[in-house]
Amino acid sequence: LPEVILNIVVCVKQTPDTAATLAVKDGHVTWGDSPMVTNPWDEYAVEEALRLREKHGGKVTVISMGPEKVREALKTSLALGCDEAILLSDPALKGSDTLATSYALSRAIGKMSNIDMVLLGRQAIDGDTGLTPAQLARHLRWTSLTYVAKIVELDPQARTIKVERMLNEGKQVCAARLPAVVSVVKGINEPRYPSFMGIRKAGKIPIPVWSAAELGLDTLRIGLAGSAVAWPELRPVPPRAVSVQMITGETPEEIAVKLVDKLMAEQVI
Amino acid sequence: MTNNVWVYIDQFKGTAAPTSWEAFGAAKALASQLGTGVTAVVFGQGIERLAQEALSYGADAVKLCDDATLAEFRVEPYAALLVKLVTEERPEVILSPTTPRARDLFATAAVDLDTGVIVDATALEPQDGLVRVTRPSYAGKLLSTVVCKERRPQMITLRARAFAAREPDASRNGEIFKVEPVMAEDAIGVKVVDYVVEANQVSLDSAKIIVSGGRGVGGPEGFEPVRQLAEALGGAVGASRAAVDAGWIPYAHQVGQTGKVVAPDLYIAAGISGAIQHLVGMRTAKVIVAINKDADASIFRNVHYGLVGDLFKLLPAVTAEVKKRRGS
Repeated sequence: LPEVILNIVVCVKQTPDTAATLAVKDGHVTWGDSPMVTNPWDEYAVEEALRLREKHGGKVTVISMGPEKVREALKTSLALGCDEAILLSDPALKGSDTLATSYALSRAIGKMSNIDMVLLGRQAIDGDTGLTPAQLARHLRWTSLTYVAKIVELDPQARTIKVERMLNEGKQVCAARLPAVVSVVKGINEPRYPSFMGIRKAGKIPIPVWSAAELGLDTLRIGLAGSAVAWPELRPVPPRAVSVQMITGETPEEIAVKLVDKLMAEQVI
Repeated sequence: MTNNVWVYIDQFKGTAAPTSWEAFGAAKALASQLGTGVTAVVFGQGIERLAQEALSYGADAVKLCDDATLAEFRVEPYAALLVKLVTEERPEVILSPTTPRARDLFATAAVDLDTGVIVDATALEPQDGLVRVTRPSYAGKLLSTVVCKERRPQMITLRARAFAAREPDASRNGEIFKVEPVMAEDAIGVKVVDYVVEANQVSLDSAKIIVSGGRGVGGPEGFEPVRQLAEALGGAVGASRAAVDAGWIPYAHQVGQTGKVVAPDLYIAAGISGAIQHLVGMRTAKVIVAINKDADASIFRNVHYGLVGDLFKLLPAVTAEVKKRRGS
């Protein structure tokens, strides 16, 4: 039997840190000196890809779309153990919505051959849309498995996969065929930290840049012009004026009575 | 007559996600602006009752597909069917709740329809046929106005509890159109082999009351008084990231930037210090109560009522008081 190699692509996005204080300037988000990080949900996707490779053998390629500075997120993924990285970058891609982004990513994945699975986080903490995984699957016409909390079985030879999906009412267990686009939720694993050796190794791995022209992207389907939705206005949420009222008393029971009185007066219980 | 505003009803085992009914309030307002009616769209198996329910909540007509291939939600057959119906009738707007199922359905169908999806709407403002949608991003740190300018339909999912549901009126009626599925079982690649429903799980998204525990509960057993108060109030149990990362409670309960963003009437935070990542997940709650033994905890700067003390004494006392008032 020929050796089966599992080929996995992980899509990562670079986002502002979760603790960043955001502001809006000229319609764009700014976060001052706060560092950029890999989207927290994508960290679980990278980890899951590495674990699958450790179990089945194969290759993990990480890809990110964005400006040159996104290279940092790719380096972090390489330091964790990904084999290769690709930067999908072109001024023509700027302003892409999820429809355009997933189209561009699908073409990049189409350019690589024999990919079995694409892993992504369930959503990115900046746009918070959670649309890209399903849209990427549709562009590729591959199996779509979103909100995956556990990969129960993976058989690269038989090209089958079984997963648990986390939905609001509980867990849906699905069996399907590869190739698949899988989006993961927190709880699927515990991401590792990069090792010193990993960081050194990552520094030596070249990161090719793929342009829109190289992928033969239809310029009417990317960037601002190729996007279906636009966000003409962006504003910070005004701080809510909350003045705390401390509820005190001699005993827990006395405090409880006062609190319940307040909550009933507020008509929330 | 074709109705230009549609509402997709997201259902699980014959029960609609509550936001489906909230969507009819928003849909009626849009429809009157556009001079059109509202069509409800519902797919599943054994769901005829939902068609009647949709009429009572404000639908003027219903498109219903009741078929074994649609018994469990799977994005392939659902999206193929929605795409076919939309292609035939070209509605201007389709609304749905923001749930994992509806999000996947809209995302997938939008690729085939080459149109835009706007997720998590908290306000809709029609302007000459164009719906200006307000939605939070960056876990609610920012608000944006988003539009799907030229392409149609405008596919918009609504955040839970952001729109008021209309009072159902059982006397309302309308035509129910039965439609056929477009994919046969053999052609559907994903098979659902099991569904593990969590007992007594109250969805955080649509919960009116949430009681959450953080690092201060000290361990998995520390969630017991949290759970008891939630139960007495008929609410759901939430948690901070610290408690989830410690393995004390499953991730499904996490409130905050990498968990659920919620907007209940009442949010009670017990033993939660108040990191920004947690606050953004609950700060739009109508009333927020914090219980913490540290009077200087930053959470007290962001809540309406503060209780300083031992949560293991205060929570049971509040639970007992709630039960007493409710006569149970």
